[in-house]
Amino acid sequence: MVSEKDVSYVADLAHLELTPEERARMLKDLNSILSYIERLNQLDTSNVEPTAQVASRHGTKKDGEAFGHAMRADELRPCLPRDEAMQNAPQTDGTFFKVPKVIER
Amino acid sequence: MTGLESLTVESTRTAVVEKQFRASSLVDNFYKKIEADDPAIGAYLTLCKERAHRQAERIELLADKGDALPPLAGVPVAIKDVLTTKGVRTTAGSKILDSFIAPYTATAVARLEAAGAIVLGKTNCDEFAMGSSNENSGFHPVKNPRDLTCVPGGSSGGSAAVVAAGTAVASLGSDTGGSIRQPAAFCGVVGLKPTYGRVSRYGLIAFASSLDHVGPFGKTVNDVALMLQYMAGRDEMDSTSAELPVPDYASHIGQPINGLRIGIPKEYFGEGLDPEVRAAVENGIQELAKAGCKIIDISLPHTEYAIPTYYLVATAEASSNLARYDGVRYGMRDRGAKTLAEMYRKTRDAGFGTEVKRRIMLGTYALSAGYYDAYYLKAQKVRSLLARDFEEAFANVDAIVTPTTPTPAFKLGEKADDPLAMYLADIYTVTANLVGVPGITVPCGKSREGLPIGLQVLGKHFDEVTVLKTAHVVEHALAAQLS
Repeated sequence: MVSEKDVSYVADLAHLELTPEERARMLKDLNSILSYIERLNQLDTSNVEPTAQVASRHGTKKDGEAFGHAMRADELRPCLPRDEAMQNAPQTDGTFFKVPKVIER
Repeated sequence: MTGLESLTVESTRTAVVEKQFRASSLVDNFYKKIEADDPAIGAYLTLCKERAHRQAERIELLADKGDALPPLAGVPVAIKDVLTTKGVRTTAGSKILDSFIAPYTATAVARLEAAGAIVLGKTNCDEFAMGSSNENSGFHPVKNPRDLTCVPGGSSGGSAAVVAAGTAVASLGSDTGGSIRQPAAFCGVVGLKPTYGRVSRYGLIAFASSLDHVGPFGKTVNDVALMLQYMAGRDEMDSTSAELPVPDYASHIGQPINGLRIGIPKEYFGEGLDPEVRAAVENGIQELAKAGCKIIDISLPHTEYAIPTYYLVATAEASSNLARYDGVRYGMRDRGAKTLAEMYRKTRDAGFGTEVKRRIMLGTYALSAGYYDAYYLKAQKVRSLLARDFEEAFANVDAIVTPTTPTPAFKLGEKADDPLAMYLADIYTVTANLVGVPGITVPCGKSREGLPIGLQVLGKHFDEVTVLKTAHVVEHALAAQLS
């Protein structure tokens, strides 16, 4: 069971604040979803390998290799120009993104 | 110009090539129709008229010079707003990206445009593609064009609705747990989720990277085959995109399928399946038998574990992917915050909707110290069991046929307050995402209220050909009954 303390802890990890109403709702919903998820424990998976990516099972190259092409030579290539990369930023000085103070003095 | 509703990808291209109408007047007429019909539906979030007209002029220039026209020349399409379009607002259905102008175009969109398609606009969806009804859009819900009191399904509800309403000829969506197939079934159109790795995800705003797929909606199986044709294939910008050759999909449509072994998994026809949906899907299966297919009863024994597995894997990946929305580099920022940490929290609190926060919370919890093994790792192991179910089934059958959804479209508001009930709307579609196999939905009937019902065909990895061929037989056989 998820407790109110867990909700606070997880919200903190996720950089969410949540209103008291949202926290109450979250507590109820997470418990309801997790109790449904409990059914996974009916399965014995002690000898089963995890699957993070399906391509690791069937391969995506002609020879059946998975991700054989994920690596390439480490060479310089053009990337998004700075002004385009920064055009959506809420605040910049033209060179860097600006943010509120990180360290309190 | 009348009859825009009945245009298909193929008939539009033919009309443009034969100069029955000019690309720019086609575009004008589509915008007129959108302005007349879309306000009641709410499927479009942004129209990109300039971009559409520029593309139309390019097509006309080629046509006037007498040059060969590209394969999708002049075909007006709509793009789910989770795919980036350079210079055009791209929101993912979220307030946090309300004013985001994408600096580059998604590969799938760029390839369609290179093939001559005209992008009319960006379609509404559940926020960050999280939802099954489109009610989680940060802007406004979409209504089902077949019945405005019903949801169009989700998360690609806008892209399904524009095809059903005829306000675009075809469209693109994304499918992480059923988000193309479920709304296509609810709106009575065809929707295809290709194999994982078939279409590049570059420029697809990430929800759950190991489950996200880009795919097309169309009025016909042939239309989605043509759309897939020009998007599919290796893209250097997506390291999970496959290097396998792309077959000529449309050339296989209409080919005989006698002798094909069709698996019917008993777990997809159990409790919770609406009797009208069952009857319509069984009717479709009979047509496949008449076409000479061998119908074989099979079992996918871990099916009941797919939804819980999905909601751990998808939310864990989402909690990580959505960490980037922090108010620093793009998107909304809370201006009042005094410190960086406070700015993160206030920005995310204001920018994300309830369902997105719920999934970030669940995913963060499943990944947090002490729970990782019990939840996230456990789900990844069950994902292996689900993959094994399909590997074993496909040793004996060539395709699998199921209902796409347990019920026809539900009413707006009906499930809005019960996340778990909403999650179960994807019960027949999520497994294909966990396993990566291709899946299509094709209309196979209507409920007494006249709501569409979809039949799903699943195939082996990279065997979209069989999936399309099989779906076409159902479409063709039932055309008279459904018109």
